[in-house]
Amino acid sequence: MTRKRTNIMVCGGTGCLASESEKVMRNLNLILKARGYDEEVEVIQTGCFGFCEQGPIVKIEPDDVLYVRVSPKDAKDIVDEHIIKGRKIERLLYTEPKKKQKVGKHEEMPFYKKQLRIALRNCGFINPEDIYEYIAVGGYEALGKTLTSMSPDEVIDIVKKSGLRGRGGGGFPTGVKWELARKQESDVKFIICNADEGDPGAFMDRSILEGDPHSILEAMAIGGYAIGADKGIIYIRAEYPLAISRLTTALKQARELGLLGKNILGTSFSFDIDLKYGAGAFVCGEETALINSCEGKRGEPNYKPPYPVEEGYWGHPTCVNNVETFANIPPIINKGADWFASIGTEKSKGTKVFALAGKVNNVGLVEVPMGITLREIIYDIGGGIQGGRKFKAVQTGGPSGGVIPEKYLDTPIDYDSLLEIGSMMGSGGMIVMDETNNMVEIAKFYLEFTQDEACGKCAPGRIGTRRMYELLNKITGGKGTMADLDALKQLAYMVKDSALCGLCQTAPNPIVSTMKHFWDEYVSFIKDVDHPRGEGRYVAKNKDVARGKSK
Amino acid sequence: MTKPGTISVTKPISEDLPREKFDELEKFIDGMETTKGALIEILHKAQDIFGYLPRDVQLYVARKLGIPGAEVFGVVSFYSYFTTKPRGKHTISVCMGTACFVRGADKIIEKLKEKLKIESNEITEDGLFTLKDVRCIGACGLAPVLMVDDKVYGRVKEEDLDQILDAYRNQEGKQ
Repeated sequence: MTRKRTNIMVCGGTGCLASESEKVMRNLNLILKARGYDEEVEVIQTGCFGFCEQGPIVKIEPDDVLYVRVSPKDAKDIVDEHIIKGRKIERLLYTEPKKKQKVGKHEEMPFYKKQLRIALRNCGFINPEDIYEYIAVGGYEALGKTLTSMSPDEVIDIVKKSGLRGRGGGGFPTGVKWELARKQESDVKFIICNADEGDPGAFMDRSILEGDPHSILEAMAIGGYAIGADKGIIYIRAEYPLAISRLTTALKQARELGLLGKNILGTSFSFDIDLKYGAGAFVCGEETALINSCEGKRGEPNYKPPYPVEEGYWGHPTCVNNVETFANIPPIINKGADWFASIGTEKSKGTKVFALAGKVNNVGLVEVPMGITLREIIYDIGGGIQGGRKFKAVQTGGPSGGVIPEKYLDTPIDYDSLLEIGSMMGSGGMIVMDETNNMVEIAKFYLEFTQDEACGKCAPGRIGTRRMYELLNKITGGKGTMADLDALKQLAYMVKDSALCGLCQTAPNPIVSTMKHFWDEYVSFIKDVDHPRGEGRYVAKNKDVARGKSK
Repeated sequence: MTKPGTISVTKPISEDLPREKFDELEKFIDGMETTKGALIEILHKAQDIFGYLPRDVQLYVARKLGIPGAEVFGVVSFYSYFTTKPRGKHTISVCMGTACFVRGADKIIEKLKEKLKIESNEITEDGLFTLKDVRCIGACGLAPVLMVDDKVYGRVKEEDLDQILDAYRNQEGKQ
């Protein structure tokens, strides 16, 4: 690599690409060339910076200056002013909304200050299409270490001790899963990366795959070594074309350097990875459904046991882990179990990536240590509610989670505390709602989703979700009765208890939690004669309406 | 998801499915190392080639792989990515993810249905547009979002819709 004095990093995540970051890059390159600076300055397309609200993002290194909402025509100023004359361009700096101050340095921005980036460590930092950049920041070191100096049991031991739990939502200890898979006696085993991110409103897996694909390949090879698998599969949504293309490039580069394939790094360990494409079915995030889909079948879940670690892909022991879980593996191997276990709460270690979205000022991808409070995420990192409106609730866990009202904002969040307050970690979607959002409509939105996505294998899932949706429709349409509310509640618990897989067992959660915290809004649809129905028009500030009194 | 009954397996459909496209699909299948577990991959390719998966294509795949047509239809109808209807020249996908929903995506899609006089997954009379509601496309920072083919439009307002549609209509007029 030639030495460059300055790097201009342009975000190439999906959000920024949508707001023309590619054109920004093209213009930067053209102007640099015209001014004769293309030898000294390099323009690099990186993965997601996470600060999607303010995209496209351009960062100048080593000056550590971050420009936001850069348009293609700003390229000229960036080159002429910043690169050539060394002056910061004030108008492109981020304005801190509370103090109305311009923030020049990347690290000083409140959005990044409280974050701790482990899984997202390389996103926005390296060029995801160049394996040497990943190696330069310590990539594939963990793989080398495991293959040359550790036994599979030692690897499993470190992962167990680190306390890492599955980041796809369930929170099952990763080390234990690996151990179970290792103990299976079989010549053929598989390790699968679950990249079927279906939760509407969560996009962390996509950002990791787009911004740091090699970290997943490395972690899968480590996992394969630990459990005794020589074959890996990445099951990815076909709706993520950019992630697929980055993974394909990464696989090719890793094979060329002998980091995947036969006898990796001269050892006796061989491992390779295939890509399998999903075709749009939310239920395929469930591991047995995912395996069926990998086999080219309808993605319906199976009864457990047998668990996939016993009988999975084509009947062989199969270990399925989520993208974000894998992204944590190389740092754990490099820095040790104690380091990882020192972050987070007693039962939930490390960090979690959340896709913060909805009515907050700073929509984006944030990675925070477990145990942080929701208030810190929403107000300190997220910059508070848009338009100065009042906070009403935050929804975590996607269609499987629940809403959390204001009184729980100071709960330190981890897997267990979220379950206690009636929601769940899920894959990490975090949707903030303000006073203009009606909670019954929100519940209806999620049920519309789950009844459409329910696979149809079990009756509670197939019929129960549909009936709940119909009841919600009746209620929001103004035709509901108090008896309907009771029926809805009863049905919700029935589906929770009797559905086959996690998808439909958790499908009633949005109803249960909104009923618990916002019962008034349900009643108001029934009792208020002139209820202003429909999303957006309902304002809880009107106390009579909120209390369910007829006017 | 496509509902059963949207394609007829008893009535033959008269459609223009050129021989060359079947040859291309056959070449792809013959070139595969193994077709074991590859049905979804093959259907992806078939949809790439034909643009959609009509009955005849599904039956062709079934016969080629030596499996019942019902199995192929079962997979096609299970996954929302597969479509059994031809698509318009441009596909408008409105993101119905949660982030877009709380920022008003439902009103955007209603307005589009009204303007195009079609429902979701239908094609306009002039064959120019197909309207789809899709799950999160991962651009939550720009919510509400809609996509026309591969181009993403962020922070869409109801009053922007005419301008977006007209851009594609005018393009058509010029050709």
